[in-house]
Amino acid sequence: MEEERRARINRLKWHCRRALLELDLVFQRFWAREEDGLDVQAEATLARLLELEDHDLWALVSGREDTDDPQLKGMIERLRAV
Amino acid sequence: MNYSVRKFDAVIVGAGGAGLRAAIQLSEAGMKTAVLTKVFPTRSHTVAAQGGVAASLGNSEEDHWHWHMYDTVKGSDWLGDQDAIEFMCRKANEVVVELEHYGMPFDRTDSGKIYQRPFGGHMSNFGEKPVRRSCAAADRTGHAMLHAMYQRNVKANTQFFVEWQALDLVRDADGEVLGVTAMDMETGEIVVFHAKATIFATGGAGRIYYSSTNAFINTGDGVGMAARAGIPLEDMEFWQFHPTGVAGAGVLITEGVRGEGGILRNAQGERFMERYAPNAKDLASRDVVSRAMVTEINEGRGCGPNKDFVLLDITHLPPETIMKRLPGIHEIAVQFAGVDALKEPIPVVPTCHYQMGGIPTNYNGQVVVPGKRTQSEIVPGFYAAGECACASVHGANRLGTNSLLDLLVFGKSAGESAVAELRAGNRTHKPLPQECIDQTLARVNRLNTQKGGANVHETRLDMQRAMQKHAGVFRFKDMLAEGVEKILGIAEQVGQTEIADKSMVFNTARIEALELDNLIEVAKATIVSANARTESRGAHVRDDAPDTPANPNGRDDANWLKHSLWYREGNRLDYKSVKLTPLSVDSIELKTRAY
Repeated sequence: MEEERRARINRLKWHCRRALLELDLVFQRFWAREEDGLDVQAEATLARLLELEDHDLWALVSGREDTDDPQLKGMIERLRAV
Repeated sequence: MNYSVRKFDAVIVGAGGAGLRAAIQLSEAGMKTAVLTKVFPTRSHTVAAQGGVAASLGNSEEDHWHWHMYDTVKGSDWLGDQDAIEFMCRKANEVVVELEHYGMPFDRTDSGKIYQRPFGGHMSNFGEKPVRRSCAAADRTGHAMLHAMYQRNVKANTQFFVEWQALDLVRDADGEVLGVTAMDMETGEIVVFHAKATIFATGGAGRIYYSSTNAFINTGDGVGMAARAGIPLEDMEFWQFHPTGVAGAGVLITEGVRGEGGILRNAQGERFMERYAPNAKDLASRDVVSRAMVTEINEGRGCGPNKDFVLLDITHLPPETIMKRLPGIHEIAVQFAGVDALKEPIPVVPTCHYQMGGIPTNYNGQVVVPGKRTQSEIVPGFYAAGECACASVHGANRLGTNSLLDLLVFGKSAGESAVAELRAGNRTHKPLPQECIDQTLARVNRLNTQKGGANVHETRLDMQRAMQKHAGVFRFKDMLAEGVEKILGIAEQVGQTEIADKSMVFNTARIEALELDNLIEVAKATIVSANARTESRGAHVRDDAPDTPANPNGRDDANWLKHSLWYREGNRLDYKSVKLTPLSVDSIELKTRAY
């Protein structure tokens, strides 16, 4: 069970390696702060967010743009807070 | 340790701009082509390129490839090879128009032509006045370029191996390159990609520095692999620094901020650029501003508890100007400097931005090394393009918008050269050298079994801090010599790194350790080459190479108009001459680089 979670988290962490340094830095802080508290639902939401293109993702994380999706909104707020 | 073998006509490592462009050439010629990439292709660092791609299309005003060539030679401080520079500038229109046909959404003029804008260092009529030469797609040029080329590759049946980490070049006793070993991150499985042609397009290694604008993926994997395979690295002492990276984070603050009236200040609040560049002040060229900032810090006028940054002040600008003309700056300052830029200045330091040196190639994208007969003998089966390669078109200093052009032109020519070799039947799947593969397996096995070794994160930080301190934007004789010893010591640590997590599935700790193996080779090459080059040229500026009438700006053509070649084995240097003869026009004669 623990091994499965580690594999999932590692995969997500790798998907946080992005083309833009801005995002790399935000995700670095995010994992340092949030890794232990990330439940399965949050993992799924993060995975969905990571499907976005880098410029679109940064526009959301930096607050230049917003989303109406309540789940994504929650995750973006966590990312902004780091 | 087990491994399997897969055969392809060509294997390309890296799916940024250069790799995707090379792949189009091979796949459309019907070659069975594999592209290995650490991240999904459209998340390569090419995405971060905003400025545009240079081409003398002349859509907005008169322009000529010869003027572009002159600007590039001058920008390179005459270290660029003039045959390669002529080749690139002449090919620019062709590759840009091709990209347009691939579906690249370039900005347009009212009459429907590709819109062109001016960019620093690009001039008309041999340096007379600025010219509009840069073709862009809003502020997402790199991103749009990757999308257009990725789609073209999908159509041409290029086989992508996404989330694979390349480990080592496979090179036999004859010096021929037969492919690459790689690890599937998903499973930890190791595969030898046995190929008749191997193309490296792995990007730069800007992460060797503590302060870098580069994304975390830029770990110089191809450069490190080439060095381990006995290929010398060319001109690695030349790194372009951007003056305004956010201190401690590296995130780039665009030159536009100073263009809109932003002012650099030291700890006393002084607008220090008035002393260094009385006319241009904060808008002086990148290298002048960067060196002034470092001088302020070195002389104790830096800001903060460690006096290690200066301030970029925009608090005097109207908030509406900042929000309207400088979108994103406010967010970057809040997120990475923790300041509200409308009310407080932003801490900034000169930050590593671009690697001018790399794997030595000719203008056909073929990797070349000194041999028995000439200085540049082709390594059979091996090609390189983009930031990992050194053609050499950027020489000692790159002009903005020439990086995207470099990856298009030399990505294409590397692909074309490989296709020609394959069609001529010159390349076969020669037997794989077991000893070479065993060395790679031993390296991975060492990492998996190391006990009591060095921590990867801390060792990388030690390297980055040492590089920043000893081989940064402004270089000092004693500091360089000390830095060589320090980096060689850290290299010993890198050979003994230990990872706590030994799992197979997406083991990011293992990947980071393997990346560090590559970064350290780049760091060694950089500091050793920089220590040896006792002149100032382009981005390499030393305090003991002053501006004198005999050597304007510290440039010493009598002794140093030559390319450095660093060999990993024996940590030794060699040199080769700069190609001053272009393909069809007269040589652009040496003169002092002044703007």
